[in-house]
Amino acid sequence: MKRKIITSLIIIGIVIVILILLQNTLGNFKLRILNLAGIYVIFAVSMNLINGFTGQLALGHAGFIAVGAYTYTLLVMDSDLKSMNFFLEPIVPFLSSVHWPFLPAVIMGGLLAGLAGLLIGAPVLRLRGDYLAIATLGFGEIIRTVFTNTQSITNGSLGLKAIPMPKSFLFIEMKNAFTWWVWTAVIITVIFHFLLVSSSYGRALKAIREDEKAAEAMGVNIFKHKVWAMVISSFFAGIGGALLASLMTTIDPLMFRFTLTFNILLIVVLGGMGSISGSVISAVVVTILMEWLRFLDQGFMGLPEIPGLRMVVFSTLLLLVVLFYPRGLMGNEELSWNKITKMFQRFHMQPREVRK
Amino acid sequence: MLKINNLHVYYGGIHALKGISLEVPENKIITLIGANGAGKSTTLRAISRLVSASEGEIIFNNEDISKLKTTEVVKRGITLVPEGRRVFPDLTVLENLKLGAYLRNDKKAIKDDINHVYEFFPRLKEREWQLAGTLSGGEQQMLAIGRALMSKPKLLMMDEPSLGLAPLIVQDVFEIIKMIHQEGMTILLIEQNAMAALKIADYGYVLETGTITLEGTGQELLNNEQVKKAYLGE
Repeated sequence: MKRKIITSLIIIGIVIVILILLQNTLGNFKLRILNLAGIYVIFAVSMNLINGFTGQLALGHAGFIAVGAYTYTLLVMDSDLKSMNFFLEPIVPFLSSVHWPFLPAVIMGGLLAGLAGLLIGAPVLRLRGDYLAIATLGFGEIIRTVFTNTQSITNGSLGLKAIPMPKSFLFIEMKNAFTWWVWTAVIITVIFHFLLVSSSYGRALKAIREDEKAAEAMGVNIFKHKVWAMVISSFFAGIGGALLASLMTTIDPLMFRFTLTFNILLIVVLGGMGSISGSVISAVVVTILMEWLRFLDQGFMGLPEIPGLRMVVFSTLLLLVVLFYPRGLMGNEELSWNKITKMFQRFHMQPREVRK
Repeated sequence: MLKINNLHVYYGGIHALKGISLEVPENKIITLIGANGAGKSTTLRAISRLVSASEGEIIFNNEDISKLKTTEVVKRGITLVPEGRRVFPDLTVLENLKLGAYLRNDKKAIKDDINHVYEFFPRLKEREWQLAGTLSGGEQQMLAIGRALMSKPKLLMMDEPSLGLAPLIVQDVFEIIKMIHQEGMTILLIEQNAMAALKIADYGYVLETGTITLEGTGQELLNNEQVKKAYLGE
């Protein structure tokens, strides 16, 4: 146990050092991708909790992200910004003068998303498998449609623009405060989920995934656990949504279509359902690849410009991974020091075996 | 300890249990034998509240548990070893055992109990870190029993523990049941292997299409002509 704490502290230290190095050397564009990668890590890890660990195929993530994003935006904008944004229809009076600092607004975004998770999860989690997937997908879309039509609260399909970015991190003003916020959130999210799934509560979630009836016979309250998993998952989705809004500086309902959910699901599947480290690795790799592969769209090696070629290549990569790693990159294992050292040992051992 | 009066259960439109009554006294092995579809499993599932009874009462230590939730029933001390073992295949042996103790908070006692289970089943100790799905059928049955013991039950219900196991292993399983019983556990056992079950049972009930047709001590039932004909293959 002590060793575990020490290794985790070392990992956190490494992440912080890397962040310091990166944010000093990377340009604005690359730093933005780094932030986006962090946000996707939060999305993927939180979705993995309900889909990978609890085994409930819930596809309402985009909806919860939207709740977080809108809550954050409406809380953090001052009244001038709001009156600038709401030019077609004025904002409802009780929201017009609200002006919260960054951190409380983000947390509120998470809390409201969690509440949405509770309200949707409670009736819907009685369903299983495909039915659950369809119902949650529907509710995700309903949230988006509601946001499109409540013009006096969300500004409807016009969206909200000029969302301010935080300029200070923990009351210290600094250049890349936002990067620090994002990656602090990432570290907290990852540690929280690690602790959660290795607790007895997390074991119960896995038991539900493995065999619901047997878990029930062991005294696990199936329904309560599913709903809690959903609430926690949507809470972190909301936190990620708030950060996404801040990064994008502009949001509109179309951002939160079900394609967003599928992008996250893809990351989770690639990383391995039921592996937090898998989700982290895959979220970072996919986000970077999505940007890096852009050169394909712009025409290369004599090829003409083909918009969307990037996605073709990406789909092919996905197919290959699914063919050769059907359980994703990590399966449901976690990356650990033991495994890394073992892997190196294996490389080390090989020549000796050949000599035999 | 456990007393069932006039229990009725419907599955959809099927009247699966037609008013059965039975009693499980403390520190005894009680067995329920019968053919496929007689309602043996349904009885156990009704006791642990995985299915609802439409009529009748289930009294455990002077309390009617027929309206409680499964979680509450397990808390009261009734644990089911489900039919077909149903261990959690992608969790390790240790994790499976810890899940059995899910409703308990006494960390130290849980540790002691895990060691106690390992004393019973040394094979499980050897395979502590192995995924339960990779165990053999007999080992999985041991794990299922061990997992149930981890909840510290007062009454252990077993649904066909010999199902799909090789004859030699079946013998082992019945030895284990006897051992657990000798430690003072009350056991309600369901078996198709009527001979083996009646041999170790203090008292038995014969269930036929939802009603109890015969009852008696294990020895009585073993010598009963009707039982011999129908279940012991003579």
